[in-house]
Amino acid sequence: MTEKYNMPDERGHFGPYGGMFVGETLMLPIQELNAAYQQYLKDPEFIAELDADLTHYVGRPSPLYHAERWSRELGGAQIYLKREDLNHTGAHKINNTVGQALLAKRMGKTRIIAETGAGQHGVATATVAARLGLECVIYMGAVDVVRQSLNVYRMKLLGATVVPVESGSKTLKDALNEALRDWVTNVDNTFYIIGTVAGPHPYPAMVRDFQAIIGREAKQQCLNQVGRLPDALVACVGGGSNAIGLFYPFIDDHSVKMIGVEAAGDGVETGRHSAPLCAGRPGVLHGNRTYLMEDDDGEIIETHSISAGLDYPGVGPEHAWLKDTGRAEYVNITDTEALEGFHALTRMEGIIPALESSHAMAYTMKLAPTMKKDEIIIVCLSGRGDKDMQTMAQREGIEL
Amino acid sequence: MSRLAATFEALAKTGRKALIPFITAGDPNPEFTLPLMHAMVEAGVDVIELGVPFSDPMADGPVIQRASERALDYKMSLRRVLAIATEFRKTNQQTPVVLMGYVNPIEAMGYEDFANAAQRAEIDGVLTVDLPPEEAEECVSLLKARDIDPIFLLAPNSTDERIKKMDVAGSGYLYYVSLKGVTGAGHLNVADVEAKLKQIKTNTRLPVAVGFGVKDAQTAKTVASLGDGVVVGSALISKIEANLGDPERAKREIVDLLVAMRQAMDN
Ligand SMILES: Cc1ncc(COP(=O)(O)O)c(C=O)c1O
Repeated sequence: MTEKYNMPDERGHFGPYGGMFVGETLMLPIQELNAAYQQYLKDPEFIAELDADLTHYVGRPSPLYHAERWSRELGGAQIYLKREDLNHTGAHKINNTVGQALLAKRMGKTRIIAETGAGQHGVATATVAARLGLECVIYMGAVDVVRQSLNVYRMKLLGATVVPVESGSKTLKDALNEALRDWVTNVDNTFYIIGTVAGPHPYPAMVRDFQAIIGREAKQQCLNQVGRLPDALVACVGGGSNAIGLFYPFIDDHSVKMIGVEAAGDGVETGRHSAPLCAGRPGVLHGNRTYLMEDDDGEIIETHSISAGLDYPGVGPEHAWLKDTGRAEYVNITDTEALEGFHALTRMEGIIPALESSHAMAYTMKLAPTMKKDEIIIVCLSGRGDKDMQTMAQREGIEL
Repeated sequence: MSRLAATFEALAKTGRKALIPFITAGDPNPEFTLPLMHAMVEAGVDVIELGVPFSDPMADGPVIQRASERALDYKMSLRRVLAIATEFRKTNQQTPVVLMGYVNPIEAMGYEDFANAAQRAEIDGVLTVDLPPEEAEECVSLLKARDIDPIFLLAPNSTDERIKKMDVAGSGYLYYVSLKGVTGAGHLNVADVEAKLKQIKTNTRLPVAVGFGVKDAQTAKTVASLGDGVVVGSALISKIEANLGDPERAKREIVDLLVAMRQAMDN
């Protein structure tokens, strides 16, 4: 019998990855956050409130849906979709923001900040801030403000201030830089809700724990519906929160393969991609050590992906660890392939996926036919495609 | 004795405080940095903090962010900054040079290769913004084994316990970041700085330099009366940015400001 998985260590290390690589001013706030998180994690009242919010506000549990027609068409494994697209606000991001918002409230913080790429995390943050009556500022790369304009409008309707970030590559990493700068300036009253399993400890572990509801439900639903565990899990990986949320409860179930799908953009061989696990190397960015896309001098290089939510040069440190230990496998899907996944799910099952999730769909199209008909794949449908209508229409030369 | 320790000791003997400019290496172009370093020494500075540009300067405000971007446009790198420091040492044996930057370029080079290269370049100190003592063990022991001082930051919210931790891990001097924020932000509050320095001084014997928010000669004088050194960065880099078409003029304005600070601090 192998040992039970128990990561990270108390200073947030997943082997050589993770950690707390921050300037001195942020050291105290992240230690306070960690202490609060450790305390409330075991507090029955906190857990009850979180469960109630997840049930009545988010709409959980999300269904595990057997995509029968698509499975038949592909002629291999049975495909089950974990329907995070049906959550309130349209993606898995809200699982995490309701959790962190409850923490913010208990820590007496009056102001919420967040970074966002696709805008889904920004919307999910603005949503919980509106509900709690907290001031909310969202940082978003200027490039993403344009390609996800619908979500910008949603955030504004919800009462958030959206700050376009003009520095660097004007995408998700730069939004994260700017949010960190805000936090260091306003640490006393501000809670920073990071939207993925990145950042300094405790964020990667905390966000994972809030997202693990995806995998816990999926496991139970699979046992109920099929009577056994799945054979493979597939999820897209930007920072890696929906993927780790699905994977984590299965880590000790060694018969279950776990596959994370990175964005290959124009193709990994072109250098224009967002696939640090497949084509990067370890380094330190945004408070943790993980695989990064960087040049020989350690400067972070620009990423490319059709999906704003995957356009990030780093990845959660736990994925770096799962890759090195071989427990999970990481593959990549190009923009073109992702679009095929997008159309296939839309036409086969009447479900329009987010462009991020479409990467997981595209890989499933490759994987399913190689498996037997009685084998099971659970794919995380991390979000719905409404936010991407503008991008899709533009790509296909249609004016809305 | 390290060059930094000797510098602070000599200053203390004459009752003077260290004037420490920060510039980003390679800004506005790679040829500008070496002559600027020598000119600053002539203006009377005691230690030079040489910024290593990084693509994602999370702790910096807009002025130093743009300086990094200008330097990176010329492909300035850790390797090339070390080459500039090597050149500087050929004609200046006494002014300590401290590299300041983020940890990823050092990770990319490898800690041991970096420590060896820094030793060859006769670097005196290394200040890595996002490498707190908790994560710095390997780097610190490699540097100390080569008589290079690891410099750590202290902040307004640093506790006694953390100050003591820096006292053990660090050497050369400690750098007190006088306000919560990024470089180039606002103005420091003198009463707050004074109170915090008292707390810091009861927990360390190392010299303490104060930075963030020092913009003019008057502030430099006030801050000098509280700590052992004054760091000025964004105010100098603003001169470069205001004179991008005329770097010689930027150099003159930087020298003028440093001379004014030196005089105000010494009188
Ligand atoms: C629908 C959707 N899926 C996936 C992601 C990628 O994030 P993560 O890898 O943290 O799940 C995003 C990010 O914006 C998203 O909106």
